[in-house]
Amino acid sequence: MQHHDMLPRDSAVRLIDADGVVTADPDYPLPDGETLLAAYRGLVEARRINDQASALVRQGRLAVYPSSHGQEACQVGAALAMAAHDWLFPTYRDAVAIIGRGVSPADAMVLLKGDWHSGYDVRAHRVAPQATPLATQLLHAVGFAHAAARRGDDTVVLALCGDGATSEGDFHEAMNFAAVFGVPVVFFVQNNGFAISVPLARQTAAPSLAHKAIGYGMPGQRVDGNDVAAVLAVLGEAVDRARAGGGPSLVEAHTYRMQAHTNADDDTRYRERAEVQAWVERDPLVRLRTHLRATGALDDAHEAEYAASADEIAAALRTALNTDADLDPEDLFRFVTATRSPQLDEQWQMLRGEIERSTADESVSSTSASTESGASR
Amino acid sequence: MTIAHDDVRSALGTDGAVSAAGQTQTQTQTMTMAGALNRALADAIAADPEVVVFGEDVGALGGVFRITDGLTARFGEDRCFDTPLAESGIVGTAVGMAMNGMRPVVEMQFDAFALPAFEQVVSHVAKMGNRTRGGIRMPLVIRIPFGGGIGGVEHHCDSSEAYYAHTPGLTVVSPSTPQDAYSLLRAAIDSPDPVVFLEPKKLYWSKGEVDTSVTAALGTARIAREGADVTLLAYGSAVPLALEAAEVAAGEGRSVQVIDVRSLSPFDDATVTAAVRATGRAVVIAEAPGYVSVASEIQARVFERCFEYLEAPVRKVTGFDTPFAPPKLEHWYLPDVDRVLDAIDTLHWEDES
Repeated sequence: MQHHDMLPRDSAVRLIDADGVVTADPDYPLPDGETLLAAYRGLVEARRINDQASALVRQGRLAVYPSSHGQEACQVGAALAMAAHDWLFPTYRDAVAIIGRGVSPADAMVLLKGDWHSGYDVRAHRVAPQATPLATQLLHAVGFAHAAARRGDDTVVLALCGDGATSEGDFHEAMNFAAVFGVPVVFFVQNNGFAISVPLARQTAAPSLAHKAIGYGMPGQRVDGNDVAAVLAVLGEAVDRARAGGGPSLVEAHTYRMQAHTNADDDTRYRERAEVQAWVERDPLVRLRTHLRATGALDDAHEAEYAASADEIAAALRTALNTDADLDPEDLFRFVTATRSPQLDEQWQMLRGEIERSTADESVSSTSASTESGASR
Repeated sequence: MTIAHDDVRSALGTDGAVSAAGQTQTQTQTMTMAGALNRALADAIAADPEVVVFGEDVGALGGVFRITDGLTARFGEDRCFDTPLAESGIVGTAVGMAMNGMRPVVEMQFDAFALPAFEQVVSHVAKMGNRTRGGIRMPLVIRIPFGGGIGGVEHHCDSSEAYYAHTPGLTVVSPSTPQDAYSLLRAAIDSPDPVVFLEPKKLYWSKGEVDTSVTAALGTARIAREGADVTLLAYGSAVPLALEAAEVAAGEGRSVQVIDVRSLSPFDDATVTAAVRATGRAVVIAEAPGYVSVASEIQARVFERCFEYLEAPVRKVTGFDTPFAPPKLEHWYLPDVDRVLDAIDTLHWEDES
């Protein structure tokens, strides 16, 4: 690959603009109508997941929810760009992409609900646990892809991170290891403009985050992160290249975090409302809907079907989060290592004793004492 | 660095740690600890196609201590390879490989140079199994040369075991003999859980008999010398020191037991508790700074579990609570035989009839 082929374009690849108008691109063809319809359905469901989860935080059912409201085209595009046997390495803001890979909404929320640190079967869904420490998962993605390539299977790994994470040392080490070993990884940076309160200008002086790619010897490309058609086209090309043995690449999506970092954040302290309002005009759902309505691919029946599907997912989320899980305190000790150490067993026996005593105390003070005594496992 | 690499190379060569024919030999041989570690890596690579060794300078050079000498030549780049110079990258990619069925064995070049990988070790290596409710285990080994006594300049002689032993989810072991170096490293590579394998640099060139058919269980201490009057609890480079002190004390009429703790986490409370209850006296010896250390934890555990059996307070002999000493001052810093004997002398022997 020539050096200049590693450089991203001067502006982000965009196939459908904010008004729903298609611009033909010489390198990235518009995905077919069926794919775009599936993507639109994904966007409708994604927006609903974000808004439902945020509502559940306000109701006290989720400890916290880092919303991807406004970034749904990236979330849906990432999930759809992968083959069934590919692996996703997500962050805490990627619940929608995780659900897009087939994880149930209930299982995807376990971390944020607080029942455990991760709630889905990693191997069954080929989705790594959500990483909270920034950029650390990018190295896991590289190692995972290294193992896949060594074994000769054609798995591609899609590794997600945000703009803030590109300042971390592990971002650099992951890019470098991936390029040196030529492993099949696509790094997908959702540049949503802010790392909590700190804007991109304080993260980098580079022309774009995608420009970092050439420094590692891999191609970089930038894409309009609110245009799911462009995200699918650019990620699809990167995934195809990795699968064909062409090595890693970096894709930067320009998008915007429409809401505060989490419910615990107050974004009025660091950004103007006018700036947020300007991004409302670039909403990823609106432009695709406009386009699909104009082509006739999307009709009222579709819209009703997608809305119903989004309702179902939201209902599943509400049910899951309004149900208190049956938590087993012994789980604290059960998974630390494959075999429990004598020390951990001793500590569990201590906790079990405390629980049994408190259960017995409650039984004595309640009218149903005779049926409750020592009921703890 | 003033490390005598050639000594290691010649030791490996003369003792035939890597046999020319590539055949596994099971008879007992005299080896250096470096040779025993090399042999363990070679045997593990030969035994399991998913075992890979990687790190900085581990390929053509064979590692700065030559522990991986000859592995790339014998097994190929696929099984033993150099990486970019980035410790977090080494450990972080090992995590991903372990998620995908491999058994990585990574080398950190020196104890202090493992610190860039600390976040990966603490936040992911140690927690992945728990996070995934056992769905993803981390069968990987992080080999770290540790400790001083070799005349190394700053950053080459640290003892970081307390950081690792403090981290739930990590198995932390340190051998003090070539036999344990072989057997514990094989056990570490076979373990389904992540193991921090601390190699006492000072002992790399020590020699001993190694029987490759001998296995060692992680999580167990080893009684290195029987004795009836006092128990010395040591690990790593402090074990030969304890044995030397025991020998001197024997000349003075004291019967000194030495226990090689060898598993810093999980700790073998059963063996240590039984031993100290029998002798009634204990001294913990370690090179690391003593404050909030593995040594102070051992001291506390022994107090807690053996209090009614003790004839005297449990003492500890450790490094000072200073940064590790420069080469020309390290003989003042490091625990030595006299310091151990002085500690033994304080154990209320006047009460003995």
